[in-house]
Amino acid sequence: MTGAGTDRSPVIVEGLGKSFGDVVALRDVSFAVKPGELFGLLGPDGGGKTTLFRILTTLLVPDAGRATVLGRDVVRDLWAIRRRVGYMPGRFSLYPDLSVEENLAFFASVFGTTIKKGYELIAPIYRQIEPFKTRRAGALSGGMKQKLALSCALVHRPELLLLDEPTTGVDAVSRREFWDLLGDLRAAGLTIVVSTPYMDEADRCERVALVQKGRILAIDEPGAIGKRFPRDLYAVHGLPRHALIGALRAFPHQASVQPFGDTLHYSDVRVGYPSQRIVDELLAWLGARGITDVWVRRIQPGIEDAFMALMGEEAA
Amino acid sequence: MTSAIEVRGLTRRFGDFTAVDAITVDVGEGEVFGFLGANGAGKTTAIKMLIGLLEPTAGSARVAGFDILTRSEDVRRNIGYMSQRFSLYDDLTVRENITLYGGIYGLTDAEIRDRGDEMLDALGLHGVRKSRVGTLPLGWKQKLAFSVALVHRPKVVFLDEPTGGVDPVTRRQFWEMIYAAAARGTTVFATTHYMDEAEYCDRLSIMVDGRIAALGTPQALKAQFDSPSIDEVFVRLARPSAAGAA
Repeated sequence: MTGAGTDRSPVIVEGLGKSFGDVVALRDVSFAVKPGELFGLLGPDGGGKTTLFRILTTLLVPDAGRATVLGRDVVRDLWAIRRRVGYMPGRFSLYPDLSVEENLAFFASVFGTTIKKGYELIAPIYRQIEPFKTRRAGALSGGMKQKLALSCALVHRPELLLLDEPTTGVDAVSRREFWDLLGDLRAAGLTIVVSTPYMDEADRCERVALVQKGRILAIDEPGAIGKRFPRDLYAVHGLPRHALIGALRAFPHQASVQPFGDTLHYSDVRVGYPSQRIVDELLAWLGARGITDVWVRRIQPGIEDAFMALMGEEAA
Repeated sequence: MTSAIEVRGLTRRFGDFTAVDAITVDVGEGEVFGFLGANGAGKTTAIKMLIGLLEPTAGSARVAGFDILTRSEDVRRNIGYMSQRFSLYDDLTVRENITLYGGIYGLTDAEIRDRGDEMLDALGLHGVRKSRVGTLPLGWKQKLAFSVALVHRPKVVFLDEPTGGVDPVTRRQFWEMIYAAAARGTTVFATTHYMDEAEYCDRLSIMVDGRIAALGTPQALKAQFDSPSIDEVFVRLARPSAAGAA
């Protein structure tokens, strides 16, 4: 995977590097976002996602490499970029003492427009908080703050939306609703780059980059990333869980044992060994240790399986 | 099983808004209990009452055997607390944080030293004991914060979104620490937005508009709501209209 995009790519990043003192925030990061794409940056805190957004929004200058946004260089053409990009930073960035409506009017005026001119694009989102338009932004619930911040990022009708962890700390239901809104915006033609630490949100993106410790581990469609997992994977279900984890880790051929919801994911070092024999051997091994109420079945690896395997390779 | 947490009709109103509406629940000794709910459902208000930071409007609760109204000092001495927002002091070193919290919880110097060494061994953090906590990766910090919350061997530990933003490997290591603490008899009362983590709990409650709308083992809740995952159960309860449309 190289970063080389076509001339029409709204975001092109090539060999980007950035350090803060001894801390390397980004190293040799390259990717290109396609027009109209919903592109996800997936990874834990401290991976470099925010640094990347700050470079793309012209707020930070990279140490190495280059980036273009909407065809403009992030270092040379910062003013041209800022007018055409909507940015929602990770931390709540609105004025808590201004009302909902005042915040929106302020962001509109900064970009030389009005709420009325931008209304069509923000309407599906803003309508949900409009009944509270005289309330102080600081007094809004988490979900409403998030919708106001998104409205403010959209009011000047940008061509590209950059969202840094918009769903962090937000409950599972509100997260779903927020992704539904992003889907609608994408359908309206906007290109969106969004970061998240929640692996289960990857499916909402057309492509995702897995980001860890300043590097990109993989870029692909969410459905294809599981294939990067290097071994066959099995789900194991049984109780007591603590004993089950211990027994599986003690199995001589185990390559990895990870809890996943109500099951454990097991992989075996013997790649290509017949599945049924692995299942039988595991059941016998667990049975000999008093764990009999258990099932084992072969499964397809998902994004989180692949992420952990790739993290391990990177560390090795 | 004796109860480490007994909650009876616990209620908190702010003006005419009822944040927590007569909740009743028992949590057993050594149980890992997941306390779920949408943002604004009343989880934080309930936890604040249970750890003695906020007085209830009505109802009562006992935590670690002590009444939260009349024995809040004893409650605080017998519980641990950590959250993503408040845990350790970034400007102090690893060792200084351990010493500080050990002192706050009334441990002797010898206890602080011995338990501090144990903790650094268990976490593999001896090499960075003199580093400022602010320079550590988030995952290390959260594991240290959890250990520090247990330094006085509390009967109950409250964890408010302990794994937010932590990488998937460290998140799982964190839950293994939770299991180990529970196996030693510590009761764990945790909130999380990761629905796969909800499945790791012995039992769960899901709060909706200040009330406990569902309570049971993950398996029982999935059966009760005929859902393949806790994520689905959560959506059905917290936003019935969304589940219908999905």
